[in-house]
Amino acid sequence: MAYDKFSKITSPAIPLPVENVDTDQIIPARYLKAVERKGFGDNLFRDWRYNRDGSPKTEFPLNNPMYSGKILIGGKNFGSGSSREHAAWALYDYGFRVVVSSFFADIFKNNALNNGLLPVVVPGEFLQRIFKTIEKNPDAEFEVDLQKQKFTILESGESVEFEINPYKKHCLQNGLDDIDYLVAMKDKIAAFEKTK
Amino acid sequence: MEAKTLFDKIWDAHEIEKVKGGPSVLYIDRHLIHEVTSPVAFLGLKTRGLKVFRPDQTTATPDHNVPTTNQHLTIMDELSRHQVDMLKRNCQEHDIVYHDLQTDGHGIVHIIGPELGLTKPGMTIVCGDSHTSTHGAFGAIAFGIGTSEVEMVLASQCIMQPKPKKMRITVNGKLKKGVTAKDIALYIISQISTSGGTGHFIEYAGSAITSLSMEGRMTLCNLSIESGARGGMIAPDETTINYVKGRQYAPIGKDWDEAVEQWKNLKSDPDAVFDTEYTFDATQIEPMITYGTNPGMGVGITQSIPKTEGMEGSDKNTYLKALQYMGYSEGEKMLGKKVDYVFVGSCTNGRIEDFRAFTAFVKGRKKAQGVTAWLVPGSQKVEKQIRAEGLDKVLTEAGFELRQPGCSACLAMNEDKIPEGKYAVSTSNRNFEGRQGPGARTMLASPLTAAAAAITGVITDPREFL
Repeated sequence: MAYDKFSKITSPAIPLPVENVDTDQIIPARYLKAVERKGFGDNLFRDWRYNRDGSPKTEFPLNNPMYSGKILIGGKNFGSGSSREHAAWALYDYGFRVVVSSFFADIFKNNALNNGLLPVVVPGEFLQRIFKTIEKNPDAEFEVDLQKQKFTILESGESVEFEINPYKKHCLQNGLDDIDYLVAMKDKIAAFEKTK
Repeated sequence: MEAKTLFDKIWDAHEIEKVKGGPSVLYIDRHLIHEVTSPVAFLGLKTRGLKVFRPDQTTATPDHNVPTTNQHLTIMDELSRHQVDMLKRNCQEHDIVYHDLQTDGHGIVHIIGPELGLTKPGMTIVCGDSHTSTHGAFGAIAFGIGTSEVEMVLASQCIMQPKPKKMRITVNGKLKKGVTAKDIALYIISQISTSGGTGHFIEYAGSAITSLSMEGRMTLCNLSIESGARGGMIAPDETTINYVKGRQYAPIGKDWDEAVEQWKNLKSDPDAVFDTEYTFDATQIEPMITYGTNPGMGVGITQSIPKTEGMEGSDKNTYLKALQYMGYSEGEKMLGKKVDYVFVGSCTNGRIEDFRAFTAFVKGRKKAQGVTAWLVPGSQKVEKQIRAEGLDKVLTEAGFELRQPGCSACLAMNEDKIPEGKYAVSTSNRNFEGRQGPGARTMLASPLTAAAAAITGVITDPREFL
């Protein structure tokens, strides 16, 4: 899927200090009926964000006008549960480019990386510092530098390095996906099949 | 030669190359697809002007979105119907075998794979569904993938994956009466948490595991993902071989003999090293029930909801948020809690053995008034078998009725939604907020515990009736 090339993002962040945010919360199953990748952002966190009558739940961070930005800060074990890639699509479509947590579920992490959404793993203690920074100043800005693999709290200058495998980093920086790579090696795949 | 785990052996035999500083290119033997996670992948192929690379290694069926009554009629929900039609059209266009509603091969994708003999030891199997881990019960590497990855496999029969770490979970001892594979799984997850398996692929071992039937092994491997693991597997043995033999896509004659010889080598070497190991005692496991909003929030059925003593900060807040959603308080007993709905089905517990267990339990008893029970066979074959064995008559006499195959209330994508605030005992795999319908409250349990709840209307220890 085509997505924007990723280099460096400076933005305030939206806090979601809940653990084990599963993909059913990110996008409930009843919103998975589309056959195109469009408009999933409208239903991002549907049941946490809206009342049954469709009115917004004012206490939910995405509805709080104090918060804005391209970075979502989530509690540990973010993205557990269903493999639905719609979760990554919904976050991207809403406008997020980075999700930060102390721990991501495996499938979600792959799905995010395949869609230009950068999952940044930071130590649990640092995650709490990010939450505290936003609590004190909701406009506080953060910098995510993919080239340097560095996440910085700009107010204090505190930063951590994050891991990403060099191949995925290259893909994100250039807006490439794995399918280009695999299709280019079809002859090798066909040769492998003969050895089986 | 270096000692290898079962996982290593299968992975290494399917790794075409390892990208420098990146993932492996892994060859996929069998790709299962369904209506929800495939349409965008087919659209991607079209945009790139690609055909499906190996259509004969791809199998399709609609399951997530289908109604479980009146399947002979047009699907009423327009969006669901469109998704199912789209799958059918994509399969026609790309020459993929499609098991339509009402045909013999139809059912939940993880139920039909093994039933048809598509799932075999030593294979790599993927599907755009996290419960693909089910197929690991046969000694296969099977895991769930996202839609971008579905497109990769359609385009190249390969996937790019970092090799996970290896975990072994050994469960020794004899299971007590009334304790099933579902209880083993919920027990393990309650011990290692819903993120304990993250980054790992599990191999289950030990006498309590090898004594399980294939159905039980599938239930256990199915729930591997709920511990965060990519998948779980069990080394193939006589039980596995006997199950596969004679199925539609199983090898025959000389090919069968050769396959069995190969399968016998599919086990971890005695001195193979796992990154993480756990050992549990089967005799310590009770029938399990969940009380919260993730599958790790489970206790033995006679136990109380754990107290928050010793919990701090976001751990405590997340825990209390879950109890609030469930309408429960810390320290309460689970026994005796009200049950409004009972759901038996899903890729976790929708196989014939599950319906046999449920039926034997309710035989000669009556469904409690006020309980709505949805019994949803995992496939056409399961439904036929239920009827062939006369289980349907026993169920009718006890006040239950059978629905038609599909994923149903497990994820409530179709009409089978538990109403807001109602309590459901469910044999499915996830008790997340709203999973079974907006505001629905789910308690995960085995088919036996579900049966006990169905006839009493409250959470009941099934052992009282055995």
